Amino acid sequence: MRFKKNIATSDTGFIFNPASGDSFSSNTIGSEIFSYFKEDKSRKEIISLICDKYDVDKNQLEKDLEDFFSQLRDHNLLEE
Amino acid sequence: MWGNFKRFPEQESYRIEDKVWVALEVVVENSAYTFAKLLASIYKAKKLQMEKLRYERPIIKKLNTGFINKFGTQTKNEVVSNLEGVGVKELIKQYGSPLFVVSEKQIRRNYQNATRVFRTRYPKIQFAWSYKTNYLNAICKIFHQEGSWAEVVSGFEYEKAIGNGVPGNRIIFNGPDKTDEQLITAARNNSLIHIDHFDELHALIKLSEDYDLKPRVAIRVNMDTGIYPKWDRFGFNYENGQAWNAITRIIKSDNLNLVGLHCHIGTFMLETTAYAIAASKLCELAWDIREKHGITIQYLDLGGGFPSTNTLKGSYLPGTDTLPTIDQFADAITEVILRFGFSKEELPLLILETGRALIDDAGFLLGTVLANKRLSDGRSAMVLDIGVNTLFTAFWYDHKVTPAQEGGQYTEETVLYGPLCMNIDIIRENISLPLMKKGDHLVVHKVGAYNMTQWMQFITLRPNIVLLDQESHPHLIRQAETLKYLEQVEKIPQHLLKNP
Repeated sequence: MRFKKNIATSDTGFIFNPASGDSFSSNTIGSEIFSYFKEDKSRKEIISLICDKYDVDKNQLEKDLEDFFSQLRDHNLLEE
Repeated sequence: MWGNFKRFPEQESYRIEDKVWVALEVVVENSAYTFAKLLASIYKAKKLQMEKLRYERPIIKKLNTGFINKFGTQTKNEVVSNLEGVGVKELIKQYGSPLFVVSEKQIRRNYQNATRVFRTRYPKIQFAWSYKTNYLNAICKIFHQEGSWAEVVSGFEYEKAIGNGVPGNRIIFNGPDKTDEQLITAARNNSLIHIDHFDELHALIKLSEDYDLKPRVAIRVNMDTGIYPKWDRFGFNYENGQAWNAITRIIKSDNLNLVGLHCHIGTFMLETTAYAIAASKLCELAWDIREKHGITIQYLDLGGGFPSTNTLKGSYLPGTDTLPTIDQFADAITEVILRFGFSKEELPLLILETGRALIDDAGFLLGTVLANKRLSDGRSAMVLDIGVNTLFTAFWYDHKVTPAQEGGQYTEETVLYGPLCMNIDIIRENISLPLMKKGDHLVVHKVGAYNMTQWMQFITLRPNIVLLDQESHPHLIRQAETLKYLEQVEKIPQHLLKNP
């Protein structure tokens, strides 16, 4: 799972797509996931890292990640 | 730790051995103290390490530039985790979800404020509690304890008022549907019968002759007060002379005693001037009745219709910012009557049938998140256990909804759906809420009026209603329905009794 190459992200959760001119913001966990993207973490690794750090059930997280990735896809930010 | 050191005794009589002994005691005591502190800090650090951070589902929001709304409302997320000191979570744990909660303190505060507002402007004021707004007996009794009469619009409500101990002569019987039996009962109880149409008027004349009754009556007058829609379906019209015809017919009858004039110009009224016009037209009728027939009208009943501070659907600004206050309505009504020309002795009693404005903000509906969803166009949606069958007023208002637990600062535009398998089941079409998860609780505000009477048993059962008394103690005032309760009025024909 990774962003398209031209997508710019900041540590504070700000995302900019120079191709469309669209900009986005995300919450803390969202921006943490972006940093895992940069480190080329797999989906499984991301789940494990977040579950270790945050008070969340694995099933809940998987459901929420599915929703999050679908939002990123809808905004055309992910590499297919 | 140094602050904890004992001071050495300064007396001369102490020997050096004593001083050494005391010093040793102090060292031991403070070492133990330091050790305990060290242990505590290690434990705290461990605990922090073990405790995980609060989770919030990841989201992304597209940033849009546009015009800044100069009337923009605050963006701070308000959390309402308790009602008058009683935890939302605890209430739901004890009484289930969804749950209506009504504040006795707020009802009394509203009533006392409204009476003060009118009494400081006009000498003769009487409120009559509008039963249809909320006719739970416990609620009605609070209003009656405060001094309110009862205003009912059906035989069923009339019986409720009698059951609540309201004397017959303090019940106002309104509405287009009164049976002969109900009219006879009301007349015998000396209640105030507000006549709605000529059929009722003639029925009452005949009944009064047949049963030798002397009913105290008023007519409901409808009129043009400059607002739309004009409520001309109730009562007799002022402009076309219908009202005057009805008055003349009553006066000509031997038995009917015309004591008042009534109007109810609309609901959730946004214009105070409409009440001024209504008051003026009723005063004119009362004046003409005295001039032409020598009868002094004892009361003018201006009905209800004052709005609560809820926000009507489609409003650009919240109701709290735009709606007239009860003080403004009081000004509009009382100034007209006071200046009309009645002598001090002849000033009519002013009756008000205010419902919504006295109870809406005393009611809360607590609920629970059942699921989060993403709609096909990317919008976020939340399914709650509160449906339009329970929260009927969701059809009228953009209700204020607040989370009952702390959340993050990040918010998302969300659609709030109810649990019904029906497309119409929408509580809010668009609301900005912090990210909430399944099982989280929320509070819907200002639901005291009409919901607990207009709710429907449809698909789900109607929930518990709890009253928080003046000391904030919860009392169950209506039990949640059960399947058994519902089915006790059903009958199955003999030929369908055998199971397949």
